[in-house]
Amino acid sequence: MPLEVAGAWVEFGGGLFAGPRKAALRGVDLRLPGGEGGHILAVVGESGSGKTTLTRLLLGLLAPTRGRVLWQGRDLATLDGAARTAYRRDVQAVFQDPFGAFNPVYRIDRMLTLPALRFGLARDAAEARALAEAALETVGLRPSETLGRFPHQLSGGQRQRAMVARAVMLRPRVLVADEPVSMVDASLRATILESLWRLRHDKGMSLVYVTHDLATAYQIADSIVVMRGGEIVEAGDAETTIRAPRHPYTRDLLAALPPADPTIGWRLDDDTAHPSAKEETA
Amino acid sequence: MSAAPVLSVEGLSVTFATPRGPARAVDGVSFALRPGERLGLVGESGSGKTTTALALMRLLKPPARIESGRILLGGTDLVAAPEPALRRLRAARIALVPQGAMNALNPVLTCGAQFADMFAAHGAPGGPARIAGLLRSVGLEPGVADLYPHQLSGGMKQRVCIALAMALGPAVIVADEPTSALDVVVQKQVMTTLVRVQRELGAAIVMVGHDMGLMAQAVHRIGVMYAGRLVEIGPVRRIFAAPRHPYTRMLVESLPGFGARGVFRGIAGLPPSLVDLPPGCAFAPRCPRAEARCTRERPEARAAGADGEVRCHRAEEGDDAA
Repeated sequence: MPLEVAGAWVEFGGGLFAGPRKAALRGVDLRLPGGEGGHILAVVGESGSGKTTLTRLLLGLLAPTRGRVLWQGRDLATLDGAARTAYRRDVQAVFQDPFGAFNPVYRIDRMLTLPALRFGLARDAAEARALAEAALETVGLRPSETLGRFPHQLSGGQRQRAMVARAVMLRPRVLVADEPVSMVDASLRATILESLWRLRHDKGMSLVYVTHDLATAYQIADSIVVMRGGEIVEAGDAETTIRAPRHPYTRDLLAALPPADPTIGWRLDDDTAHPSAKEETA
Repeated sequence: MSAAPVLSVEGLSVTFATPRGPARAVDGVSFALRPGERLGLVGESGSGKTTTALALMRLLKPPARIESGRILLGGTDLVAAPEPALRRLRAARIALVPQGAMNALNPVLTCGAQFADMFAAHGAPGGPARIAGLLRSVGLEPGVADLYPHQLSGGMKQRVCIALAMALGPAVIVADEPTSALDVVVQKQVMTTLVRVQRELGAAIVMVGHDMGLMAQAVHRIGVMYAGRLVEIGPVRRIFAAPRHPYTRMLVESLPGFGARGVFRGIAGLPPSLVDLPPGCAFAPRCPRAEARCTRERPEARAAGADGEVRCHRAEEGDDAA
């Protein structure tokens, strides 16, 4: 069991001046299965569901008010020097807001080549640069247009892809990705999700894929948990969760997804009244 | 086809001045919008869809510049119209539902005051009763008029923007990714509201977006943009069932569905730099069907099915007989 959350609560406020006490997470249990093959767990929820707070717990960026986060059976809060370094290497992150994740005064190069050298993936600067270039190409970025730039010189989608490239290059055992493709166009989204899916199937990497999008969750995940109001309302394997959702909220989410097929779905108007509808499929 | 268009865009080109030379963000785009029609403009980042929407509103600012073309709104060419005339036409004849409702409303005015401002600017009658009626028509309580934007959720703000856009009864609504910042459940509610309001008003909509699934549900016709060019346009059902442009086909096929899992159909490669477009078809470097001609000659528009156009040398060969 590499990564596990047990009975986690995260509460804010409640002090003398901090207003009423609010809970972002209310007793969440989550287990990312270990083992050889790797596993993709999708955490699906809308704004305010607590999915990003859960990400921060898994990455050790936030400690639960109550409950525990465990890495290989050990409480994250008690990891000592060597174990903590190993955790930092083995568990990597892709953040939703990649602008907040980059140090603005360093070029993109540094965030790729520095860990390549530090984690022993490259022996010298030339090797590190070659690794960085290969990683950027796997996510559809041109190294010549990316390396040498500062974070503010890239678009949101490009920064997201640079983060995915970094994660891919470092070959972590677990990747925690919070909306890694939310700013990326559809055609490229498929390419990036495929590279993440391959890392799980070819290299045995595990992935926690945090998203609001049930369709891409279904596309890549082995299992899905659905969050609402700081709680997990439904959990199961991906096929069952989508084909036979038990919780009404999961059914609402599925019903609200626009099907990419104009012949079925919402029927926002009686389209026989419109001239172009008469042509059908010409 | 029969009714005269409410809006005609003819050969619209927009360039951005950049240190590396002019970037052609919109390149010879033409389409006509019929009364009551919802037309979707889809494309990826940098395809020129939002620039087109802002050009229709004449809201582009330097370094962007309309280089050529006409935008005819009921006999007036918006490209040639002076700013005072544009101020009278905006909101009254052509109104914008902006992308991020978060930044579109004035944070220091109540919602009611923003309606009152607009009515005053256009010399239109609009008291509290009118504002309450507009808010009700987008599913909001009249009390929202007394609230400030920060007191509203994203979905409520977007509804206020829709109510503002419809307030003066425009003939054309330009909606720029109207629901992209919203959760799916709210997105469906807001889109349903927008379409209901549009139908009641008898207005036409140009809806800009990147979500093909949403477009499939929301619009009658789709125009697909790539590298500033309108590469295909046609009725939504035909576009999904029998796309003629290879890019359109790949875009439709890349959409995730609930079929087989672990199947990915991304489009390899990247869009070209707008400063340095290839001489032929802009999609040729990524196109699996490109031949020598595609890299040399820029394809002209030709008919594709009933009520459609495509710009592709290889469009008809090998496609479904549709």
